[in-house]
Amino acid sequence: MNSYDITTTDVLVVGAGLAGERAAVAAAEAGHNVIILSLIPPRRSHSSAAQGGMQASLGNAAMGKGDNPDVHMYDTVKGSDWGCEQDVARMFVETAPIAVREMAHWGVPWSRVRNEKRMYEGTEIVEDPEKVGLINARNFGGTAKWRTCYTSDGAGHTLLYAMDSIVIKLGITVHDRMEAIELIHDGERCYGVVARSLRDGELHVYIAKTTVIATGGFGRLYAASTNAIINDGGGVAMALNSGVVPLGNMEAIQFHPTGMVPSWILITEGARGEGGHLLDKDGYRFMPDYEPKYKELASRDVVSRRIMQHIRAGHGVESPYGPHVWLDIRHLGEHRINTYLREISTIARTFAGIDPVKELIPVRPTQHYTMGGIRTNKDGKVYGLDNLFSLGESACWDLHGFNRLGGNSLAETVVAGRIVGKKIAEYTNDATLEVKSNLIQEHVNKVSARMDAIRARGKNGENWVDIRKEMQMTLELDVGIFRTGEHLQHAVSKLSDLYERAQNVGLMGGGGQGADPELVNAMRLPGMLKLALTIARGALERKESRGSHFREDYPKRDDENWLKRTLAYWPEGAKLPELKYESITITEIPPGDRGYGESSGKK
Amino acid sequence: MSPRELTFHIFRYDPETPEVKPHTQTFKIPEEPAMTLFVALNKIRDEQDPTLKFDFVCRASICGSCGMLINGKASLACKTLTKDLPSDITLFPLPAFKLLGDLSVDTGTWFRDMSVRTESWIHTDKVFDETAQEEKMDDDLSLEIYEAERCIECGCCVGVCATANIRPNFIGATGINRVSRFMLDPRDKRDEQEYFEVVGNDDGIFGCVGLMACDDSCPIGVPLRGQLAYVRRKMAVAGWHRK
Ligand SMILES: Cc1cc2nc3c(=O)[nH]c(=O)nc-3n(C[C@H](O)[C@H](O)[C@H](O)COP(=O)(O)OP(=O)(O)OC[C@H]3O[C@@H](n4cnc5c(N)ncnc54)[C@H](O)[C@@H]3O)c2cc1C
Ligand code: SF4
Ligand code: SF4
Ligand code: FES
Repeated sequence: MNSYDITTTDVLVVGAGLAGERAAVAAAEAGHNVIILSLIPPRRSHSSAAQGGMQASLGNAAMGKGDNPDVHMYDTVKGSDWGCEQDVARMFVETAPIAVREMAHWGVPWSRVRNEKRMYEGTEIVEDPEKVGLINARNFGGTAKWRTCYTSDGAGHTLLYAMDSIVIKLGITVHDRMEAIELIHDGERCYGVVARSLRDGELHVYIAKTTVIATGGFGRLYAASTNAIINDGGGVAMALNSGVVPLGNMEAIQFHPTGMVPSWILITEGARGEGGHLLDKDGYRFMPDYEPKYKELASRDVVSRRIMQHIRAGHGVESPYGPHVWLDIRHLGEHRINTYLREISTIARTFAGIDPVKELIPVRPTQHYTMGGIRTNKDGKVYGLDNLFSLGESACWDLHGFNRLGGNSLAETVVAGRIVGKKIAEYTNDATLEVKSNLIQEHVNKVSARMDAIRARGKNGENWVDIRKEMQMTLELDVGIFRTGEHLQHAVSKLSDLYERAQNVGLMGGGGQGADPELVNAMRLPGMLKLALTIARGALERKESRGSHFREDYPKRDDENWLKRTLAYWPEGAKLPELKYESITITEIPPGDRGYGESSGKK
Repeated sequence: MSPRELTFHIFRYDPETPEVKPHTQTFKIPEEPAMTLFVALNKIRDEQDPTLKFDFVCRASICGSCGMLINGKASLACKTLTKDLPSDITLFPLPAFKLLGDLSVDTGTWFRDMSVRTESWIHTDKVFDETAQEEKMDDDLSLEIYEAERCIECGCCVGVCATANIRPNFIGATGINRVSRFMLDPRDKRDEQEYFEVVGNDDGIFGCVGLMACDDSCPIGVPLRGQLAYVRRKMAVAGWHRK
């Protein structure tokens, strides 16, 4: 049963988050036919969950005075622990102010500079009257200036709604509840994808001159993550499955300091940016002891490690979900909390029964962001296959290196969307639309064969629920914030076993007909394990500490041997990823001291 | 104290297999501390029936995916705690939307159509100038726009609306709120009469019978009552000017 319909288009964008939609808009504005695929209606994409804001060096706020792209550049490179591509970072910081204003033009109701005095950490802030009404900015971690533009605490929501309004205005076709599962390629060029409808389970073929992957992050490989539950890496796994596309720096996983215990829903960095403090079990504010200069607002990797270090020293608050610390925003006052931190106070009230105006919020570092992903060049073109691009969190464009700054990811989606979107449009001008029908058939057959095998195994196969749980716990326990060779070795062997078992996944419930959710999940499992293995193996081999990758057995950054990027390939039939390395582009700022973290601050 | 046992009565129907008639199925699970319906439904699916269909994305009351009727009341399943419910819990899909299966409904298509028909984008002749500073806006106005823009398209207000359930093209309180969001925004250059074309009819504000079921049902507290009144006033005036 291999029936399927074929849709052709100039540009096929897989993913309807901010990155995918911005690129789609650029391609459509250039006159190309564009189709977007998404697991869910576009406005439900995880971009909408971003609360804090996006960085752009407008310098309107009094505390951002004198900001410019050079300062933003330096913060970004330091934040990345010199792991980022500096030519990419330079383009990014120059474009971010344009992108934030373009989003204002499209309707984002950015919070504006107010004609009001305000106390912050004991100092009075007085705004420049000339700047009142321009786009405001708040403080975020690891930044020398207040640079994070925001809409109360709904930045991602308002950005995505504005972006999607332009997609609707331009009449761009969106097929939602449509999951891309297999790239159609011949080892040299990509021709489109095989997708499966989540409404009725039918297969669909999309053929395009240019294919774009913008499927977001894959935090759900971990047991505790702030990510949406759909963030399981399907698009990234699809690229890896080609055998010829490498993933960059998969070991670079960000843990956010303040996931709320025990739902692991994010409490935005904006809460600390607005002046929130971290307290231990004795109500003591401990961050200034470790990071005298940046305190709660050092980079995320550093604050997360400091919290865990403090908990290990016995100062954590015990709970049934493990020890945690407190986030205290009470001193900001009811008005500020209910106006600019409104969504998170609702979240604290709803999910933890806590009123943050009067009570402390229980928090612990939680998986949050994936710096790694599908490796592209600075135009967003994917390594290894022609006619294929990637951007946003699913890509390793490499703006973030080993640690992303808060607010740089929303900014990346719309900035990369502008830059890469233009490149996609140009590239598509010269591309053709020809594909051999047996190549399509070959890939469709591959997908159907996998589905048939899962159905045939039925209850005699493995249960995807058990394997997924074991995978998530393995990454959580062995590939977390503090890493050692021993634990990483254990993770690699454990995940390899799980990968073998995943080859025999079956169905415990119905027959996998139509849109049976169990078949959907079972199909995703092997790809998720491949990604988990690229993370664990990359971390095992990287014998140094850089940004979020912290090896207790190699606690120092080692520029002599490790100033390089991991590239993970998965050749056809292999049992483990193959690792290669490439050099990092350094154009302006040679490796140096970050000014925060273990090598700078107090031990 | 031993935990309560929760009994779920869940609507089941798959439009792909119409020979199996709509029915409710019962599942029992032990309650856990701080359990939400997101946790409970996944537990049921993971442990008892892997074919059960429902939609969650953010599980944090942000994305609007999980609207359903919970003991007859429309709300977001992910933000509903079982401790606030009796031990018998009945779950039905939101009415007024196309049913995809069990608790899953097609809100996405409905909202896209509403956005197209209300022309939910900034209408302007201005061309974006990369080199120019942004236009100024008062922060209180941006907060007011954000207040209307906080709608997460969950569909709860549509599911409970008598008009929306009998009139498929009615844009609902969410649609009227959407129009008010653009009316408030000085960047949108549409005039009164252009807005009238969009909402000044029975599929828009004049279809609303004003019983305010919508206002009570919005899980994130968009002030629908006020927004409906604002649009009604503006459109009454616009209608007057037409004559
Ligand atoms: C809770 C939270 C808060 C955050 N806050 C901030 C912040 O304040 N500032 C900041 O800068 N960053 C923040 N981030 C990070 C930032 O939001 C994300 O990195 C960014 O939004 C990712 O955008 P994207 O377009 O790449 O992907 P997403 O928005 O995740 O979109 C992915 C899209 O791909 C689709 N998709 C996935 N797989 C498939 C498939 N196989 N087939 C078809 N479609 C598929 C999905 O349906 C979706 O439309 C936050 C992240 C989280 C988790
Ligand atoms: S007030 Fe109007 S929109 Fe709201 S439920 Fe009643 S008829 Fe529907
Ligand atoms: S107005 Fe409220 S209830 Fe209606 S769709 Fe929006 S968020 Fe949901
Ligand atoms: S899952 Fe996003 S609102 Fe409930």
